[in-house]
Amino acid sequence: MHLAQEVTTGFYSLAPWLVFAPLIGFLINMVLGGWFMKQPWGENAVGTVASLASGAAFVVSVLLTLSLSADHGEVMRWRLAEWIHIGELELDWTFRIDSLSTTMMLVVSGVGTLIHIYAIGYMHEDVRFKNDVGRFPRFFLYLNLFIAMMMILVSGDSYLMLFVGWEGVGLCSFLLIGFWYELDTLGRPSWANSNAAKKAFIVNRIGDVGFLIAGFIMFWALGSLQFDEVFEAAEGAAPGVILAITLLMLVGVAGKSAQIPLYVWLPDAMAGPTPVSALIHAATMVTAGVYLITRSAELYTLVPQAQSIVALTGAITALFAATIAMGQYDIKKVLAYSTISQLGFMVAAVGMGAFVAGMFHLVTHAFFKALLFLSAGSVILGVERGHHHTEHAHGHHGGKLKKGKKKEGKKEQRHEPVHEEEGEVFDANDMRNMGGMRRTMPTTYWVYMIGTLALAGIIPFAGFWSKDEILLDASLHYPVIYWILSVAAFLTAFYMGRQIWMVFFGEPRHEAAAHAQESPRVMTVPLMVLAVLSVLGGALNLPFEGFHNLGHWLEHTLHEVETLTFNLPIAGIATILAVAAIYLSWLIYGRNPLRAGEIDPLKKRLGAAFTALENKWYMDELYHAIIVTPYVKISQFLADVIDWRFWHDWFHENVIAGTYNWLSGIALNRYADQRGIDAFANGLATFTQWSSVILRKVQNGFVRSYALSVLLGVVLIVGYLILR
Amino acid sequence: MVPVNYYIILSAILFILGVVGVLIRRNSLIIFMSIELMLNAANLAFVAFGSVIRSFSGQIFVFFIIAVAAAEVAVGLALIVEIFKSKRSIDVDQMSSLKG
Repeated sequence: MHLAQEVTTGFYSLAPWLVFAPLIGFLINMVLGGWFMKQPWGENAVGTVASLASGAAFVVSVLLTLSLSADHGEVMRWRLAEWIHIGELELDWTFRIDSLSTTMMLVVSGVGTLIHIYAIGYMHEDVRFKNDVGRFPRFFLYLNLFIAMMMILVSGDSYLMLFVGWEGVGLCSFLLIGFWYELDTLGRPSWANSNAAKKAFIVNRIGDVGFLIAGFIMFWALGSLQFDEVFEAAEGAAPGVILAITLLMLVGVAGKSAQIPLYVWLPDAMAGPTPVSALIHAATMVTAGVYLITRSAELYTLVPQAQSIVALTGAITALFAATIAMGQYDIKKVLAYSTISQLGFMVAAVGMGAFVAGMFHLVTHAFFKALLFLSAGSVILGVERGHHHTEHAHGHHGGKLKKGKKKEGKKEQRHEPVHEEEGEVFDANDMRNMGGMRRTMPTTYWVYMIGTLALAGIIPFAGFWSKDEILLDASLHYPVIYWILSVAAFLTAFYMGRQIWMVFFGEPRHEAAAHAQESPRVMTVPLMVLAVLSVLGGALNLPFEGFHNLGHWLEHTLHEVETLTFNLPIAGIATILAVAAIYLSWLIYGRNPLRAGEIDPLKKRLGAAFTALENKWYMDELYHAIIVTPYVKISQFLADVIDWRFWHDWFHENVIAGTYNWLSGIALNRYADQRGIDAFANGLATFTQWSSVILRKVQNGFVRSYALSVLLGVVLIVGYLILR
Repeated sequence: MVPVNYYIILSAILFILGVVGVLIRRNSLIIFMSIELMLNAANLAFVAFGSVIRSFSGQIFVFFIIAVAAAEVAVGLALIVEIFKSKRSIDVDQMSSLKG
């Protein structure tokens, strides 16, 4: 496999179009987007261009996968251009087409395309709710750019190219979290969203430092950054070096894939529009870390210590985030913590060496979590519509529901000016404002149910098979992690049950929920496609002989693949746990539905512990106390004392300026300049003046005295000549 | 033949007369005449020495000097006329406006 040649035939030559297709969509919308938006069909044109661009990448991915499977999964490279040739180091812009990268390509472009289509419907209403229709094309620009960057990430043939994509998707994430940069999540003017974007960016930078240092060590100790060369060199390298590389890489993974301790950015990233949360912060970008570890499988398998640390990090994250998810009221925040938790599952899996299980869960998670996020977006828009409906029904005054969301008629083409009223702002994300929505939004309800069952791990949905494979592997090799993950899986089913009961069952706790309206087809059709995938996705890799499709596919890239067979006790325990958790959640939330204004029933029972969950275990406060506040203090100290008082006031003003002044004022000015140069020049002038005063008397104006001088001169000269 | 010394002594006497005239007289015309006297003292010396060394160069010099002296007188007299027109006097001591 190390001998993979550079190919020149087949569909492989299409590989660059993975990146170029979305970039072309990006350019078209960048140049023509403004003009499109002036046309009545502008939004559809922008959305269609972007979706086609992403769809083209999907088609290319499919063709590459077909070619690859025809070639029995041999690693193929398509070299686009020379990149960096310095001494021994030779890095080219090469696309790597192997079974792992094609798997990622298919997920990214496939799910990505569905989300593009969904976003046409979603952003249509979102930009109107927020009174900024002109921002519509920008969203699709960023989405296309994201797809392009993600393709670079997954198809790169070296760690450096992977890093380019890694940073590119980080940039897109930043841009899209801060899409409504001048608002907060409730649409009020605020810097909350841009702060969330900055938080994501900065926390990711911290992780990237780890990844970068890993890359430096790799280059220094192993002499290359190209995957195969690195793996080859790693076999002979000192284990300490590999340990350092893998652990530093884990820091990068923790940043990008939101693992403890760098997960804090992902919940805040929900400030972005919901399709962003689905595409970037659930299905694709955050799984880049899992992809990185899988890609570096040959490094990780060399150092078991690193593997245990990775597995433990993942497992603890899975449990920790699952607990927080139980105490959240924001529908997207629950899903965000769920994503962190599920990423923990994947990281634990790849840490344990169960790379196939990790990738399998990555794929199924991409399906059902994208489905859940998009459905949640549909729910949110439904509630917004309901809210708008009730506001119009009641007029703008009176009634406690007139709480200043910006108003925008769905049917109206022109939007009203921003209309803020005092009082509490209506939060369309808050599950306490929902309830009973299975009647008002039936399609969304059904797809949400499918997504929930898949996430909770109910047989036969996709999530069951992938989670079961992770649990099975853990039970065989790491019993501790198996127990941690089982508890996390139990909590997963519980918080998803809680969400379902709160959102879709019971009675509406707010008029907005009562008048919610179903989303248009452009949104529900992608949801249905994802729902089908969430149901059938498990078929990719069933734990039965002859059905390890994904395992055999990835075997071409990952050398040692463990094929697990179905284990009834493990699967049974997992299923019983999940069903029990959903039943428990029904006992608490389903049997006696929450009423408007009522506090969470779990809060009554757990008390302070639930308050801690509600406040995310005070992790943000903790980080503020131990990192942000000291950091700000140090910065202030550096700026105030070191930079200003010491450096500027003392060093610059006193030492440099003072020395200069002393030198120029006293030493140079007084002595050298005034008493030296000035004195000479002045003395010359004085002498000239003095001598002219004397000599002017000679020029008395009498011709005869001049003549006498001439005579005397002649006499002197002639006398000299004679007497010489 | 008259010895050359006599000519030289006569030339010196004439020259001294000219110098004294220039220095002590204030009338511009007299000064001019004194200058002519000095020129002719020089001419006499040229001719005398020219005959001693049997060369015509002395005589040629004299011709030049006479010609230059004539030009000088022409210019000088014109200047004197102009000075007289503006100052109504030809006293050289009156012409001291370039005094330092």
